[in-house]
Amino acid sequence: MNIAVLVKQVPDTYSERKLRTSDGVLDRDAADAVIDEIDTRGVEVALQLVEAQGGEVTVVTMGPQRATDALRKALAMGAHKAVHVVDDGLAGSDAMGTSAALAAALATLSPDLIVAGNEASDGKGGAVPAMIAERLGLPQVTSVRKLDVVDGALTAERQLEGGYAEVSASLPAVVSVTEKITEPRYPNFKGIMAAKSKPVTVLGIADLGLDAGGIGLAGAAAVVVDAAPRPAKSGGEKTADDGTGGTKIAEYLAAARLI
Amino acid sequence: MGEVLVLVEYADGALKKVTGELLAGAARLGTPAAVVVGAPGTAQGLAAELGAAGATKVYAAESADAEGLLVTPEVAGLAAAVAAAGEVSAVLVPATIDGREVAGRLAVRLDSGVLYDAVDVAVGQNGAPTATQSVFGGGYTVHSTVAKGVPVISVRPNSIDGAADPAAGEVVEVPVSVDPATSARVTAMHLEAAGDRPELSAASIVVSGGRGVGSADNFHVVEELADTLGAAVGASRAAVDSGYYPHQFQVGQTGTTVSPQLYIALGISGAIQHRAGMQTSKTIVAVNKDADAPIFEIADYGIVGDLFIVAPQLADALKQRKG
Repeated sequence: MNIAVLVKQVPDTYSERKLRTSDGVLDRDAADAVIDEIDTRGVEVALQLVEAQGGEVTVVTMGPQRATDALRKALAMGAHKAVHVVDDGLAGSDAMGTSAALAAALATLSPDLIVAGNEASDGKGGAVPAMIAERLGLPQVTSVRKLDVVDGALTAERQLEGGYAEVSASLPAVVSVTEKITEPRYPNFKGIMAAKSKPVTVLGIADLGLDAGGIGLAGAAAVVVDAAPRPAKSGGEKTADDGTGGTKIAEYLAAARLI
Repeated sequence: MGEVLVLVEYADGALKKVTGELLAGAARLGTPAAVVVGAPGTAQGLAAELGAAGATKVYAAESADAEGLLVTPEVAGLAAAVAAAGEVSAVLVPATIDGREVAGRLAVRLDSGVLYDAVDVAVGQNGAPTATQSVFGGGYTVHSTVAKGVPVISVRPNSIDGAADPAAGEVVEVPVSVDPATSARVTAMHLEAAGDRPELSAASIVVSGGRGVGSADNFHVVEELADTLGAAVGASRAAVDSGYYPHQFQVGQTGTTVSPQLYIALGISGAIQHRAGMQTSKTIVAVNKDADAPIFEIADYGIVGDLFIVAPQLADALKQRKG
């Protein structure tokens, strides 16, 4: 089984993340860049499937040059090879442009299964996997917390607001996973060393035959009109409990007319 | 002004609250119209309620396949309604797990663009439908438009205020076909019974427990305070991952984002991922044993102490005020 896993390098959620207020583009230098945690779970799901059933895991990312670090992390976990979609002309792409580029890259791999995170921790749109499925004409199951693949078909538990659904689809298909799907393995030293020599294919706009009109900041359909930081909330009153802490909160709430 | 199509959310023959919110948003952008996707006859059953909520037309994008197939009937239904309508200014869908998948697929099908998780919509200075988005857990407020084609906007439930004026709700049949080969199939649904407490993302008061609560058995302390206030109960990711409370109550970067009038955090340290899900709350009260817990940096009022003493005392004080 050939599985392609989409990974994204994002600003570390433990850091303060910033937008360029001039055009709303992510300020990638403001915070450390890490592989999105949800994507390590996607890689783990794929590795478990090929360990059980045979096959290969290819990780795919679209990002600037340093996104190779995210690919190496996934390769160190055990993925077999990687594809890096990178081109100056892709900078500032919106979800439509990103999905067009990734779909073109995935088409070169003809995977049986495409695994993605349910949403990136920076964009939080949760739309790119759906767009890729639409572009590739594939069935799709998002928000998966349990996944089984048997005989060219998948069954999944799909987490929803207020419950879950049991879903099935034939392969090839696109799935996106939630953080509850599985815990990711830590790469060991052997894995880290092996990752250095695993193949990474680099693809640009010309290699993928992309239409310049739909990619990059200039081709983005979604346009930021303005972006402003919200004034940071500052701490207010804080006191140690002297035995009347609960009563004091009630007095505070009453004075603030919240109760 | 063109039509603004709203994907209708319904259950048990009645509209869900978010549908009224989306029609209110649609009224700000153009002429509101509803799109109902479901088994044949569904639209007729909802038409009166939809008209009262502001829909001038109700596009019945029905097919016998709609219930069994996942998401693709909604995409096909909206695309068909867009083709059937005259001038369309925007399509609004709820920013739910299903909704954002619908939005993404529809934008590709229409070759336009998506604005996701809008907390408000309005016509901008250039006349274009403009979405307000709260980004990075409320760190930035962003206004966005779509530059080409019919904008597809996913709207966060419990964000848009007001209501559209009642309208005709005239049913228009729209033929729809769905390709099962590009669809996943739903084989069973398991919905939890709605509890007695307010729904987390809609509640005006939320009381949340974190790792400091220590166990699932202890969570009753959080619940009892919540019930005194008529509040929803939330939990930090640490508490959920430790099994203290179910996942659907998780508040944070990877859980629900809430913005209530009052948020009370019990035994929550206030890690960035948790703050990203609640820091736009109007008033924040925190109780934690650790005086250096980051939650106090954003709390309007904080007590450094044992939540097992403070929370019950607070609940008692509240009951006395009521009594």
